[in-house]
Amino acid sequence: MIELLTTRHNPLVDPTLHVWEWQIPVYLFLGGWVAGSMVLTGYLQRQARAPGQPSVSDRLPWIGLVLISLGMGALFLDLEHKLYVWRMYLTLQPLSPMSWGGWILLLVYPVLALGALATLADGWLDRWPALAAFARQLKSHTATRWLSLANIVVGIALGIYTGILLSSLGARPLWASAVLGPLFLVSGLSAGAAFAHVIAPGHDEQEQLIRFDNLFLMTELGLIALFLIGHLTVGAVHAQSAQLLLGGPFTAVFWVLVVGLGILLPLAIQSLMVAGRIPHTVIAPLLVLLGGLALRFVIVYAGQYSEWISP
Amino acid sequence: MARFGMVIDTKKCVGCMDCVVACKTENDVPDGHCRDWISQRLQGEMPDLRLTITSERCNHCESPPCVTCCPTGASHVQDFGKVVLVDHDKCIGCKACLAACPYGARFIHPDGYADKCTFCMHRVERGLAPACVDVCPTRCMHFGDLDDPESEVSRLIATRRHFVLKPDAGTRPRIFYLE
Repeated sequence: MIELLTTRHNPLVDPTLHVWEWQIPVYLFLGGWVAGSMVLTGYLQRQARAPGQPSVSDRLPWIGLVLISLGMGALFLDLEHKLYVWRMYLTLQPLSPMSWGGWILLLVYPVLALGALATLADGWLDRWPALAAFARQLKSHTATRWLSLANIVVGIALGIYTGILLSSLGARPLWASAVLGPLFLVSGLSAGAAFAHVIAPGHDEQEQLIRFDNLFLMTELGLIALFLIGHLTVGAVHAQSAQLLLGGPFTAVFWVLVVGLGILLPLAIQSLMVAGRIPHTVIAPLLVLLGGLALRFVIVYAGQYSEWISP
Repeated sequence: MARFGMVIDTKKCVGCMDCVVACKTENDVPDGHCRDWISQRLQGEMPDLRLTITSERCNHCESPPCVTCCPTGASHVQDFGKVVLVDHDKCIGCKACLAACPYGARFIHPDGYADKCTFCMHRVERGLAPACVDVCPTRCMHFGDLDDPESEVSRLIATRRHFVLKPDAGTRPRIFYLE
């Protein structure tokens, strides 16, 4: 038996760490969603399509710009020394994932903005001839190939970084897992695919995105299993941190919201949709988005709750 | 080049909190916050109980996770004494360092930046001991250069049984507690 009494009662730190609240999970979710959308945009842009045939990849850059701006707004709200945020961009700290993330976010905007510009129809930019000429160049085959590649690379970097951001903070045993980066990336891909198939203009593309989302959801289940198995087998501290999700205070919300309603139920619904057994419904993608958001909330809050237990 | 560390004799510490008060006074630590604190660990089973009192603060670790995670370089290891410090004008208040510290040694100052123990570098640079060491009524706290084999801290570590806090966190603390 060890009973610990301390005179320390610092805000945000005691009795348990709670430095990050809703802003960070919301940012991680929106960042992951945008990352997934960018990867899918890049993939769809590389697919052959008939001239004039609409694609959801024409819409996703615009939505991505809105979502990433909302996410960065949430991130900014979390900062305690807001007026000094520009300090992020005077340095690159090679060992700090947060520093890398700041620069990745700076790459996300131009890639999304160029993608959005390339989707504008002739006539929209008549008042700015130079911009119109630039937009026409962006629609060329070569520019589209490069832009699609940029979407995939930056999207993957953004998605993985949102997980590594937490996993690099080894003082929180629940976050100390290499699986967290891929897990957040796949969850972001799932959110991106779920939303994309709701707004996809063509049936074939919609069907393809639903199949993708099912694949992402099954991969996410596998990664969650690996995440838990890793914690349970690597040592006592990590096993205890995993108990937060396996019998502790975050168990119900994790298994009900994240796994049950966020993965299994939409996977079942979307499988029936693909099989043509039920008509297309927005319930499944909404559940996927809810599950993705809940995953970030659970991981961020439970991770802060976990700590090294030795005296 | 010096490498400062601290040795605290748990056999002499009575938990009077003079170190806590001295730190707050010396460093103008804001109300409701503290850079150092007292912990009491009661271990064992009745009737075999052992009480250990420790005066705790930033451990100025050899492998400080708060430094590597900092996105702006505000958290850094100072050349003089290899002490971990925070540059207030570089800190954006992202709180990654608070999450990265296994000891909970950092807090957010009401002005928005991350704050913590500095080993009273402003005093040490003038040849004085940190305020907490200076006021300790039982003389249980020792401060000095761990790289100097003749320093008091080096001799105490070499001759007495000691422990560090949360050794399995892998941060290699530079505050040693004598048993």
